[in-house]
Amino acid sequence: MSLFVNLTLNGLSFGVIYAAVALGLVLIWRATRVLNFAQGALATLTSYIAVSLFDRAINYWFAFAAALAAGLIIGALVERVFMRPLYGKPELNPVVVSIGLLILVESVVGAIWGSGDRGFYPAFSQIGIRVGHTYLDFSHFDVFILASVLVLMAAMLVLFRWTNLGLKMRASAFAPEVSRLVGVRVGRILTAGWALATFAGALAGLLVAPKVLLSPNMMDPILVYGFAAAVIGGLDSPLGSLVGGIATGLGISYIGGYLGSSMETTGAAVLVIVVLSIRPEGILSHPKARRV
Amino acid sequence: MLLVSFLCSLGLVAAFTSPASGAATSPARPAARRASVTGVTAHRIVLGATTPLTGPAAPGYDEIAPATNAVFEYVNAHGGIYGRKIDYLVDNDEYDPALTVHYTEQLVEQDDIFADVGSLGTPTQLAVQGFLNSEHVPQLFIESGCACWSKPKQYPESFGWQPDYIVEGKILGQYVAKHMSGEKVGYLYQDDEFGEDGVRGLDEEIPKSSVASEQTYQGTSAGLAAGLGSQISAIKASGAKVVVLYTIPAATALALLAAAELNYHPQWVVSSVGADPPTLTGLLVSYSKGTAGASLLNGMISNAYLPPETDSSNAWIRLSKSILTKYDKSYTQWDGNTEYGAAIGYSMVELLEAAGKHLTRSGIISTLAKDGSKFAVSSLVPFTYSKGDHYGLSGSEVVRIDNGVVSPITPVYVATNKGPITKYTGKPLPIPSILKG
Amino acid sequence: MTPPTGRLRLPDQPLLRHLLLAAPAGALLYWLTMSVSPYDNTLISEIALYAIAIAGLSVLTGVSGQISLGHGAFMAVGAYAAGLMMEHFHLPLIVPILVGVGVAGAVGGVVGIPATRLTGPYLAGVTLALALAAQDLPSKFSSLFNGDQGIIVLPPTPPHGIPPERWLAWISLVAAIVTMVLLANFLRSRFGRSLKAVRDDEIAASACGIHAARLRILAFAISAAAAGLSGGLFALWTGIVSPDSFSLSLSILLLAGMVVGGSGSLVGAWWGALALVYVPQWTLSLSGHLSLSSGVTANLQNAVFGLLIVVIMMVAPSGIQGWLTGLGLFLRRWAAPDSASRAPSPATATERTMP
Repeated sequence: MSLFVNLTLNGLSFGVIYAAVALGLVLIWRATRVLNFAQGALATLTSYIAVSLFDRAINYWFAFAAALAAGLIIGALVERVFMRPLYGKPELNPVVVSIGLLILVESVVGAIWGSGDRGFYPAFSQIGIRVGHTYLDFSHFDVFILASVLVLMAAMLVLFRWTNLGLKMRASAFAPEVSRLVGVRVGRILTAGWALATFAGALAGLLVAPKVLLSPNMMDPILVYGFAAAVIGGLDSPLGSLVGGIATGLGISYIGGYLGSSMETTGAAVLVIVVLSIRPEGILSHPKARRV
Repeated sequence: MLLVSFLCSLGLVAAFTSPASGAATSPARPAARRASVTGVTAHRIVLGATTPLTGPAAPGYDEIAPATNAVFEYVNAHGGIYGRKIDYLVDNDEYDPALTVHYTEQLVEQDDIFADVGSLGTPTQLAVQGFLNSEHVPQLFIESGCACWSKPKQYPESFGWQPDYIVEGKILGQYVAKHMSGEKVGYLYQDDEFGEDGVRGLDEEIPKSSVASEQTYQGTSAGLAAGLGSQISAIKASGAKVVVLYTIPAATALALLAAAELNYHPQWVVSSVGADPPTLTGLLVSYSKGTAGASLLNGMISNAYLPPETDSSNAWIRLSKSILTKYDKSYTQWDGNTEYGAAIGYSMVELLEAAGKHLTRSGIISTLAKDGSKFAVSSLVPFTYSKGDHYGLSGSEVVRIDNGVVSPITPVYVATNKGPITKYTGKPLPIPSILKG
Repeated sequence: MTPPTGRLRLPDQPLLRHLLLAAPAGALLYWLTMSVSPYDNTLISEIALYAIAIAGLSVLTGVSGQISLGHGAFMAVGAYAAGLMMEHFHLPLIVPILVGVGVAGAVGGVVGIPATRLTGPYLAGVTLALALAAQDLPSKFSSLFNGDQGIIVLPPTPPHGIPPERWLAWISLVAAIVTMVLLANFLRSRFGRSLKAVRDDEIAASACGIHAARLRILAFAISAAAAGLSGGLFALWTGIVSPDSFSLSLSILLLAGMVVGGSGSLVGAWWGALALVYVPQWTLSLSGHLSLSSGVTANLQNAVFGLLIVVIMMVAPSGIQGWLTGLGLFLRRWAAPDSASRAPSPATATERTMP
C-alpha cells in the first residue's frame, strides 16, 4: 500500500512537470501549428542560466525569476528571428528549423558549460514529508512543483478566458485572417504565444533539474514525455496538457514500480497508442465537423 | 530536370571525395608509404580513438580522452619515445556505433593511424572490432568492462584494459556474502550488459535466497528521466538492508537522493563505475543545497582497481595530477575519470617503449602479449596479458568511503570471470623512467 | 511534374523512362566507385543507404502527407531481421536483405492501420512512440537480439580482387538505384496519383472512388519497406546491429534530411543523404581533429550542423532540390522565356503550405 502511495506521489510530481512541457507545446501548436522540438533545449538553456547565477551566489529566487524571464525573451526572439519568415512556407519547415535549433542550442550549452552532469539546487528540501512513522516519496520541493505548475495552469486559464490578450490569442489561433481584419496584430500575438510557451518550458526545466540532474541533453526525454502528454491530452487543449501530463507521469511511475523500469518507455509508448486509437485527437479534443 | 539534378549530385560526390592518387585499381595510399609502417615516421606516431564527447553518454566520459592525451603531451614534451612524438586523434562518436564505424574508418583510411588506443564503449567497439582486425590495426586498451575482448584467435588485434564487470561483481559479492550474511539484499542495475554482467558476478557469491528485490533502470537516455523514486520505493518495500548498485554516477546520485527522500538508509555497495566521490559530491548538491551532499556517501562500499584517488601519498597520483594540471587544457577536477584516462596513457607509453625503436603493428601486438604483464602502471594489479589472454587488469580491492576519503578494507583480490578469487600479494609498481620526465 | 517540351524526349512508359534515367546514373556511380579511395567508398555506401531511407520517408510525408518520427525504428526492424537471418542461416546476401524489407514493410503496414485515423502531430506521436519502443525492445528480448551488444554481422565477401569497401558500395548503390526506380514508378502509377489526390483532398478523392485508408496503409508499408532495406544495408555497413544505432535522433535526422533535401522528391533524398553524411564531415575538417583543448570543438561541430539545418530551411524553403529546380527554371526562363513559362513551378506543386 505504501508503495502504491509513493508511486502515485512520485508520478504526480513528474506528471505536472510533463504537463508544463506539454502546455508549452500546446500553446505553440495552437498559435502557429508548429511542433516545437526546440522547446526542451531552450528550457535546458534557461536552467543553465539559473545555475550560473547560483554559482555567482546570487539570490536563489532572483536567479529563478531571471531564468523564467530569459524563457520569455528567448521564446519571443525565436519566433521573431526563426519562425516569422517561415509562415506560409511548407508546414514541415518550422518543425525542421526547430530540430536544427534543438541541435544548435544543446551544442552551444555543451560548449559553454561542458557536457557533464551537474547538481541543481532545489527551491526547497528534497527530504520526504513525514507522516506518522513513514516518510512519503514527496518532499516540500514536490509540493512546490505541484503548486507552481497548478498556478501556471490557472494563470493561463485566466489569461485565455478573461483577458483581452487571451481573447486575441484564441482568435488569432483559430481564425488568423479574420482576426487581422478586425484589427488584431496577429504577429505580436504569435510572438507572445511563443514567449509564454518558452516560459512554461523554462519552469519545467527549473523544476525537473534537481530531480534528474542538469546536463545539455537533460530535456530530451522530458520533451518526449511532454509530447506524449500533449498528444494524449489533445494538442488544442491547455487543460488537456495537465490531464495528459498527469496520466503520463502516473503511468510511467506505476509501470516502473510494478513492472520494472525497463518497461517505462515502452509503457509510455503503449499508453500513447492506446489513447490515440480510442480518441484520435487526444482525450480533451472536441469532435470537429469535417469541412468539405 | 530529374536527370540534371541527379548528375549534379553525383558530380558533387566526386568533388567532395578526394580523388585517389594512382591508378583506379590501387588503394588511395601513395606507394611510398607502403614500405614504412602506417602511422609511424621518424618523428611521429599517429594514434586514434573514438569516444563520446557530446550527447547523453558524454558526462564524465568526456574527461577521459583529454587525460590520456595529457600523458602523451607530457611524454612528447620530454622528448617523446625514441624521438617520436605521439599525435592522438580523437573523434566524437556520441556512443553511437554507426558514428564509431564512420570515424574509425576515417581514422584508419584517411588519417593512417598506427593503432586505435583507448576507444570507449562496448557496442561501439564491437562495431569496429571486425574492421580493425581485418585491417590489422591494433585495437588497444578498449575502455569497457565487457568480458568479450579476449578472443585472441578470432581477434588477435584486440585488447581489453579494465577488469570485466563479472570479476568486479564477484569481488563485491564475496564481500557482501561474507560480511553481511543473513541480510536482505536489493539490486539496482542498468538493464544492459554492464549491469547484467555485474549481477552475474554478484549472483555467483550472494545466495539467491537473500536477494529481496531486483530493480533496473534503462541505459537509454530516457532511463533517468523519471528519476529512480519508483525503484528505490520498491527496494525499500522489500525490506532490503543492503543495496548493491550497478549504476553510472548520475544514477547513483539519483538513487541516493531518492533514498534520502524516503529516509531509507541501507548499506550501499556500489560498483567502481558509479562510486567516484568527487563526481558524486558534485551531483549531490541538489540535496539540501549542497551542505550535506557528501555525507550521503558516508559508509558506502565500493571497489577499486586504481589507487584511491584521495591517497595523495601515492606517487602515481602525484605524477598524474601534475601532468594533468600542465597538459590537460580541459582539466577541472581530479576524479575517477581523469585518473582512468591517465592510466590508459601510461599503459600506451610503456607499450611503445617496450616495443622498441623499430615499431611495427605486429611487433606491438607480440610485445603486449609477451611483456604486458610486466608493465608498471598505476593500477593495483598488473595486466594479465599473455598469448592466450587479452583481458588486461583482473582484480580489485574493496574500499569504503568516509567523508570523501576512500580507504581499502580488504586485500587486493584477483580473479577471472570463470575461476576462483585469490589474494594478490605482489607489490605496487614504481614509476618507470620513461614517465619520470 | 511533366517534363517541359523542347527538352530531352524520354519515353512515356514510366518504367522504361526511369530505367533510362537510372542507366547513366549507374554508369557514373560505377566510375566513381572505381576512382575513389576505400574510405570514400564507405561514404558512398552510407549516402546510398540514407538516400533509400529518406526516399521512403519522402514518399510517405511528401507525397502522402503523413509525418513519421519513427523511420529509424523501421530501419531497426529491417536491420535486425536481416542481421538475424545472416547470423543463423547461410543464404545468399539478397535473401536476408529482402526478408528485412518484407518484415519492415509488414510492420509498416500494421502501424499504418492507426495512421488512417490520425492526422499530423498525432500520427507523429504514435510513430515517435514506436521509435522509443524500438530502442527498448532489443534489451527486453535480449536472448533473441543479444541486448545492447547487438548482433555482429559479417561483411559480405567480395569476389576475388574487389576491395570490400567498393563491393559494399556497389551493393548499396544497386539497391539504391533499384529503390529509386521502383519508387519513381510507384509515384507515377495509379496508386501514386491517387495518394496525392487523397493528400490534397480526401473527401473529393473518396467521391471519385478512391479508398483512402487502404492507400495510406500501402504508403506506410512501402515507406517502411524502403527503411527496412536501408536498415539491412546499414547492418552490412556497420557490421553490427545494436539499439544505440537506432535512437530517436536517427528518426529525427532522417526527417530533417528529407526536408533539407526537398520533401516529396526522390532526387532530394540524395541531397538530404549527402547533407547528413557530409556536413559533419565538413565541420570536422573545419575544426581539424579535435584539439582536445576541451569538449568545445566537439560541441561546435554539432552546433554548425544545427545552424546549417536552420540556414538551409530559411534560404531554401523547398529544400535543396526545390531551390535547384527554381534556379533551373529561372535560368531557362532567362535563356528562353517562351518555353519555360508553361512549366509549373515544382517547388510549390509538390508541397502543401500552411493553412
